[in-house]
Amino acid sequence: MSFTFTPERRAKLDALILRYPKKQAALLPALRMAEEQAGCVDFDAMEHVAEILDVSPAKVLGVFTFYTHYRRPGTGKHLVQVCATLPCALRGAEAVFDKFAAELGIGQDETTKDGMFTLKKVECLASCGSAVCVQVNDDYHENLTAETVPDLIRKLKESR
Amino acid sequence: MSLPAYEPVLLKYANQRGMHTLEAYLAHGGYAAAKKALGMKPSEVIQAVKDSGLRGRGGAGFPTGMKWGFVPSPEKVPGPRYLCVNADESEPGTFKDRYIMEGDPHQLLEGIIITCFAIGSNTAYVYIRGEFALGAKIMEKAIEEAYRHGAFGANVLGSGFKLECTLHRGAGAYICGEETGLLTSLEGGRGYPRIKPPFPAVVGLFGQPTIVNNVETLANVPHIIERGAAWFKAIGPSDDPGPKLYCISGHVKKPGYFEGPMGVTIRSLIHDYAGGMIDERPLKAIIAGGSSCPWIAPDKIDTPLGFESLKKVKTMFGSAGTIILNDSVCVVDAMWNILRFYAHESCGQCTPCREGCGWLAKIFERIEKGGGREDDIATILEICDNMRGKTICVLADAAAWPVQSILDLKNYPDAAVFRPEVEAHIREKRCPLGKHKAVHAEMVKQKGKISPRLVV
Repeated sequence: MSFTFTPERRAKLDALILRYPKKQAALLPALRMAEEQAGCVDFDAMEHVAEILDVSPAKVLGVFTFYTHYRRPGTGKHLVQVCATLPCALRGAEAVFDKFAAELGIGQDETTKDGMFTLKKVECLASCGSAVCVQVNDDYHENLTAETVPDLIRKLKESR
Repeated sequence: MSLPAYEPVLLKYANQRGMHTLEAYLAHGGYAAAKKALGMKPSEVIQAVKDSGLRGRGGAGFPTGMKWGFVPSPEKVPGPRYLCVNADESEPGTFKDRYIMEGDPHQLLEGIIITCFAIGSNTAYVYIRGEFALGAKIMEKAIEEAYRHGAFGANVLGSGFKLECTLHRGAGAYICGEETGLLTSLEGGRGYPRIKPPFPAVVGLFGQPTIVNNVETLANVPHIIERGAAWFKAIGPSDDPGPKLYCISGHVKKPGYFEGPMGVTIRSLIHDYAGGMIDERPLKAIIAGGSSCPWIAPDKIDTPLGFESLKKVKTMFGSAGTIILNDSVCVVDAMWNILRFYAHESCGQCTPCREGCGWLAKIFERIEKGGGREDDIATILEICDNMRGKTICVLADAAAWPVQSILDLKNYPDAAVFRPEVEAHIREKRCPLGKHKAVHAEMVKQKGKISPRLVV
């Protein structure tokens, strides 16, 4: 399965490239666009981006693997990222994570069989004042406790 | 106790619904400061910011006007200049810039215009952390609005000054908040920091003079231009003045972000702003400015929050992310958590940091799980010593500071408060607070050797 940007996205990327004196600077945004289009970034997308930006696919892979926030192939529909850094940990992040794990029947970095949920522990989401914070795809869910987790899971299931 | 008399400056509108639009911003006099600045000489703008005493709000607290002054003249270094806005807010405990961008983005954009004019830059990039999808959406919209309004483009607000502004989304890497790491990331690379000097003001983005400023720093700039340096200097302590956003998290009743003058005391932040300690439990430790700051003991509660005042008690104001720990916290467990963060976020370029952060995290885990050894503290301090000042950027130092602050009796007086608890862990071969089971010995017995994950 090969990857090509839709004409609209390609036009948007071409316009963005012009905003930098060097093409390669558009690498992070280009990967983000690929993610938007395909739901994740795979090798084909990286090769396509490499070709557009005149860099080697190895270079793109090297950059891609440095950053944790791009969705990898095989990620579930809802990527549940539980912040486990100190301010959230002080407010019960471990219990929130464990509740997700128990309710979904998966552990760290695992995906449910139906492909609906992937569970991750992540570092600080900059939402320490409303801990515990969980990012699901683009959205922040704040002030979570182990008690409110089942409700959030139910809402996510309904949102298909 | 009550809150000090203070009229919000930075959050005056940000906390009201719907104030993120251009229309709302213009309705309360927005972009007037930019117009005023564009009628001044760039050197006058820099002087005004110097006179105000504004210090960078991103962590280091470097005087902003002085930083701008480091940009060499076009005769010395020809070619473009860049402004990079550091919106990669990721120091644990810090969550203030996010609310400026989500609530009042045009305030930041106006600061960008004035700053670019002052340093002679026609290009600004806003590097926003990847997780801030909402903030990115709002900023994107605000930049579009500003272009339509003529605040960006070939003729900024009719002044003839040209300025392009681009939002650049990161993808989840703490190190990209380090200014040179931000630059390599923006250029399309792994977020590897670079050796300084040369400083970015001379050799920065794409090899050109570049100023990197924090979001909150830039949000202050329009107010300085509009109301004058003297007004700014009169807010808070005169050697460390201005409006300030405080973040408070951890064991307080109402954690959150608040605006006050510089120099609010830790006691006031906990009790007046954040509603006091949860269940009135006693305070055990204060992390004043974000997770990399040395810990201080409860008796420092009356210290004002500021770059200078916190230096006096051997810690830092950093990015104003105050984390409050009560007596339920296990010192070893909390430090293990902090070290896990730095081990995860080390970019891996420098051996002392890449290895050191990981070792420290593993040793603290082992101690917490009942496998402490007599010489652990000496080993830890030696590792810290081999990390401090021996790497390209300060991430290694940032990981070592909190550790030293609880163990190094020579350099950190408050270590006397925290160290006995670490020693008790090692002596009793368990966590005295029972946070984790003493599973280490069992693991060794069962496997016939120490679990590879815990080998140090």
